[in-house]
Amino acid sequence: MKEFTPAPDSASIVSVTDRVKPVALGMGVTSVHFLGPRAAFVGSEENVAFVDAKGEISSVAVHSGGILSTASDGKRLVMGGDDGKVVALDAKGEVTLLATDPKRRWIDAVALHPDGAYAWSAGKTATVKSGKAEEKSLEVPSTVGGLAFAPKGLRLAIAHYNGATLWFPNMEGSAEFLPWAGSHLGVTFSPDNKFLVTTMHEAALHGWRLADNRHMRMTGYPGRVRSIAWTAGGKGLATSGADTVILWPFASKDGPMGKEPAMLAPLQARVAVVACHPKNDIFAAGYSDGTVLMVRMEDGAEILVRRNGTPPVAGLAWNAKGTLLAFADENGDGGLLEL
Amino acid sequence: MSEASQKIPVTVLTGYLGAGKTTLLNRILSENHGKKYAVIVNEFGEIGIDNDLIIGADEEVFEMNNGCICCTVRGDLVRIMDGLMKRKGKFDAIIVETTGLADPAPVAQTFFVDEDVQKNARLDAVVTVADAKWLSDRLKDAPEAKNQIAFADVIVLNKTDLVTKGELAEVEARIRAINPYAKLHRTERCSVALADVLDRGAFDLDRILDIEPDFLEVDDHDHDHHHHGHDHHHDHGHGLKHYHDEDMQSLSLKTDKPLDPNVFMPWLQNLVQVEGGKILRSKGILAFHDDDDRYVFQGVHMMLEGDHQRKWKDGEPRQSRLVFIGRELPEELIRSGFESCIVS
Repeated sequence: MKEFTPAPDSASIVSVTDRVKPVALGMGVTSVHFLGPRAAFVGSEENVAFVDAKGEISSVAVHSGGILSTASDGKRLVMGGDDGKVVALDAKGEVTLLATDPKRRWIDAVALHPDGAYAWSAGKTATVKSGKAEEKSLEVPSTVGGLAFAPKGLRLAIAHYNGATLWFPNMEGSAEFLPWAGSHLGVTFSPDNKFLVTTMHEAALHGWRLADNRHMRMTGYPGRVRSIAWTAGGKGLATSGADTVILWPFASKDGPMGKEPAMLAPLQARVAVVACHPKNDIFAAGYSDGTVLMVRMEDGAEILVRRNGTPPVAGLAWNAKGTLLAFADENGDGGLLEL
Repeated sequence: MSEASQKIPVTVLTGYLGAGKTTLLNRILSENHGKKYAVIVNEFGEIGIDNDLIIGADEEVFEMNNGCICCTVRGDLVRIMDGLMKRKGKFDAIIVETTGLADPAPVAQTFFVDEDVQKNARLDAVVTVADAKWLSDRLKDAPEAKNQIAFADVIVLNKTDLVTKGELAEVEARIRAINPYAKLHRTERCSVALADVLDRGAFDLDRILDIEPDFLEVDDHDHDHHHHGHDHHHDHGHGLKHYHDEDMQSLSLKTDKPLDPNVFMPWLQNLVQVEGGKILRSKGILAFHDDDDRYVFQGVHMMLEGDHQRKWKDGEPRQSRLVFIGRELPEELIRSGFESCIVS
């Protein structure tokens, strides 16, 4: 990426803050995604705001209440709300109701498969809908914390108390329980399908090597890890939760076992969100003081995208080509940066 | 405005099955107070609660992986609080109704150990609704009922119209044997002033003003005029009966001599580390040697928080007072440990 030209000496930092197109969303934001050419800022309640490259905002109503969970594949968003509904939003702004919980329970987690299948959870029950096939549901021992599809095959990981469950929805009796004490809130497969990683209620991640279910403990965070992102090619996992971005190495067959993570982009603030560039070894990090940095993984060189002095950054996203970076803080002050 | 007052207050409503929690909840919600409440109820069994924002919870307790066995939190509350914060501004306060069989400790601890919950909300008080007719029996056969009484900041002793004066005195004495410090209100159909159950600041260090047993009974209503035909018993209950609960007690310590903070702090820390499983609640106002500020602390099991509160006033006796409520408290050990913290 030619645009990534940090300052030669570490005492100064290159700033591109003057190139950011400010976006005032006028609503609380919980996550940011790209749908085609437009950035989609998911509100904390009711609406998603599309912002095009010119900075024009158009708002779409998706839920009649709080938006609790969002998943995106770059073509559409699937969201779960406290109105008990699972809703999809495509790049054109079209809203489709996918499911309604019969008891109107909160939809706590959603996941989206590359082939279009989707999953959601309410309470202890995870449900998968794939193509024209019937919905399949699985009840786990406690409330579902997070959902993720494996990159290959129709396999769902369900995070809950004391571990995670792996499940092939099309295979009866296929649920496999991976135990680890504690409350597991989020879950992700490594892009090579070799590792499963959960974010925990404690300030830690936990991982399993799927070949032999060997444990990987990733601890030492001062705060809970709320945001994780695989680097381009899946060789590393960038994580929030500390005052630096913690980057765990996943390139070898042992993953991070027995290895130290890289610690990049230290600030006097907690990392709140991370988003990895889709093609290059670069990530963007948003901090609890509103700062946004772009960081080169190789040497930790930084470029300042947004200065501090605001509420925590709530969402960050790159478009598919990696030419646009969108971000917003919790109060809905955001920006678009074209590279 | 202080930071604490900007956080959303959370009232925990406990009580054994059938004591009248739902009645109290509906009373709170229907009163004309102009406030909006988010209500978190147990998923099963709740009927007839009229409120916009009502969330069904599945009481899921889990142990924190921090080596502290009594450090349990309600994971469902963590999740619900997180979701509710997306609707900030839509409600002024939160009420958590627990099931009749619930232990209040994990609920309270959720508000101490969870960073995100703590950022947005503060525990206001644990309010326990007790059935005047059946509580004495439940205290004998249901450990949950005893926990709820021991843990309470406010006890609403309900259905007083169904018992004789003597029975009422008996049940009160049993409550006091366990928890002499909670504010106790005698009610019929949970008719209690909302100010007596809401916005109590029971976990607010700034509002730990005094630690006195609640025997003054200044706010009592007179129930003598409720005469019921079935009430044939003689009234045995003149004055306070004294019970000793074999299992759950409170322990009060005080001294007029200053304490040595360098001895006291490690002693208290160690005490709750070692005996925290038995100690449900603790509270203290402390006068330290060479310190013109009052120090206050409060705790739930092994979790403690404390701070300097304010200057001792002129003429105010610099007396240290501590209270522990718990199960099978090692009284001698605590007393002798406390004595050793006094500056000789």
